[in-house]
Amino acid sequence: MSFDQFLSITPSPVFSAIIWAVIIIAILYLARATVHAALRSAGGILHNAMRIGSRSIQRAETRLVERNKEVLLAAGREAKERIIEREFERVGDSVDKDLSKYPALRRRLNEAIARIDEDHQNAIDVPPSPPGWTKAVEVVAKIDAPSDYMIGNILADIHKSLLKAHHQAIEEYRKASAARHKILSGMMPQWIKIQQTLSAVTKNIDSLLKRSREIDRHMKEYEDIVKGTDRAVQTLSSSSLVQFFVSALVLVVALGGATVNFSLIARPMAEMVGGTNFIGSFRTADIAALVIILVEITMGLFLMESMRITRLFPVIGALPDKMRVRMIWVTFSILFMLASVEAGLAYMREILLQDELATSAILRGDSTLMVAGDFQWITTAAQMGMGFVLPFALVFVAIPLETFVHSMRTVIGVIGIGLLGIIALSMRVLGNAFRYGATFLQRLYDLLIIVPLWIEHMVARKRNGSAGQFKEVSP
Amino acid sequence: MKIRTLPIILIFLLTACGEPVARNTGAYLLLDTSGTYSDELDKAVHIINYTLTRLGPADSFAVARIDTGSFSEKDIVAKVTFDDRPSTTNRQKRQFSEKIAAFTSNIKAAPYTDITGGILQAIEYLNEKETGRKVIFIFSDMKEELAEGYVRDIPLELDGFEVVALNVTKLRADNIDPRLYLDRLEAWKTVVEAGGGTWRVINDLDRLEKLLGR
Repeated sequence: MSFDQFLSITPSPVFSAIIWAVIIIAILYLARATVHAALRSAGGILHNAMRIGSRSIQRAETRLVERNKEVLLAAGREAKERIIEREFERVGDSVDKDLSKYPALRRRLNEAIARIDEDHQNAIDVPPSPPGWTKAVEVVAKIDAPSDYMIGNILADIHKSLLKAHHQAIEEYRKASAARHKILSGMMPQWIKIQQTLSAVTKNIDSLLKRSREIDRHMKEYEDIVKGTDRAVQTLSSSSLVQFFVSALVLVVALGGATVNFSLIARPMAEMVGGTNFIGSFRTADIAALVIILVEITMGLFLMESMRITRLFPVIGALPDKMRVRMIWVTFSILFMLASVEAGLAYMREILLQDELATSAILRGDSTLMVAGDFQWITTAAQMGMGFVLPFALVFVAIPLETFVHSMRTVIGVIGIGLLGIIALSMRVLGNAFRYGATFLQRLYDLLIIVPLWIEHMVARKRNGSAGQFKEVSP
Repeated sequence: MKIRTLPIILIFLLTACGEPVARNTGAYLLLDTSGTYSDELDKAVHIINYTLTRLGPADSFAVARIDTGSFSEKDIVAKVTFDDRPSTTNRQKRQFSEKIAAFTSNIKAAPYTDITGGILQAIEYLNEKETGRKVIFIFSDMKEELAEGYVRDIPLELDGFEVVALNVTKLRADNIDPRLYLDRLEAWKTVVEAGGGTWRVINDLDRLEKLLGR
């Protein structure tokens, strides 16, 4: 039935339209309660579904927050344990190194002190005093015979002898003082030795004290991590994010190095495995070059693990020391061989390149390019050097890789928490939109049937008015 | 986990071990040595050398002359399938170039021009080589002149072939009536496309990068 047919039920289309409008409005008015209920229940169902979904996602978010916190604390705890362990190792080394020398040090100190004591004893020996004639001279001097010639002579002789003895005593005293000063001068090196020894002891003790203060600080942080304090979590979280971005940056740099390495060996590799073989859609030579680089990186990882610099493979870290040392040598040897192979391939690359350039020049009839430069050896040597060094440089990828892997867990957790939060919020907003949308549709529906509703309202008011009058009269 | 990864590994292995796709190129250059065209051979050497620079390991290349009866292996001046190793490929290229130089210095002009016979020989050669891409270069004015008794009214099987006419020079008659030149090219285009091949004309030899370009 077309629209024109609808308007042709009466001769006048306007009248027909009015009739249809009345019919439709009447139907809508009659179906009002049902439509309202349907809209209400539809809105309610969707709102509840979204609310439940949102709550469920919020719970998942909370669980993820908890899990992320646990991961963060576990990682932080492990890292801190490693630091504290390392600090204790350093303290242990220091104590071993310094205290093992302690008996010798003590012996040296005792010897020096004994020597000083002995010298001191020698230094305090009293010098010989002048002979004990003083009292005799006093007695003789009291003899009252100034006019007696004999006595005068005797006294003069005594005086002379006394002066002589006095001079001798002074000489003796000077000699003894010189000997004492010599002994005291001999004590100086012993004092300096003692001072130096004590300075070394002080330095060692200061170093130990510094280390112990560091350990105290780390222990405090460790305790915070074990307790799971918010401060510790915040510190670890920000530290983890920083580590993630820094390690990602370093890995990008390493990727650049690996790409350079790849371009150095891919071309000459075609000389070894053929330039026309394909595995899937990739050249076998390219895959072979890539495999060499990946093997180098793997060897680097094992080397770092064996040296206990990284801890990506606990099995390697738990190996006995003897086995670990063997593993270090084996991985290093393989790396060295691969680096040598790469240097050779880099050299071959240069030869191939020159050959290709020469061939192209011959084919183009260009004789100028065929003359090799005098400084050609520089690029060849540079390529060989890069070919040899890059594998060893790639060894250190293990360190940022470990940091990246560990910090990535936390970062993925943080991103997951953010996403879940956004989804939960969106679902809540959507649930409310459904709820209020249903109410809005109800109002819109009522707007279509506003005329019958107004009539209903008027009738109801009139009825209520007459009922009110009745109520007023009836008492 | 193992059960999930197994199909992926199987798919990878099946992909890796599937029928190998030929990725090499086979090029066959027909060289017109008729009297009207033999003066252009310097350009031909230039093109051959350029083609050599563009080919790589495992590619095939042959140069044959067009003379009275070109459907013959004897007309192949030089042919090579390059080695897998780049160093050997370079050596082969130099040897090939020397062979062409020796040929062009002692060339004798042919009285007739059997282009169709040459194309038939090229088809046979490239089909035998089973290269991934097959290109026939025709260095000629494209004016076929057959000796009496030679039958060349044969449909060409050029499915998967690219036919490139190089340096199609205008003859004196073409200058008088250009329609002859245009008709000649159109006729060859029709023959090639009817055989399932693609047709190109390159007259600007300063832009040879289009030679093996797709």
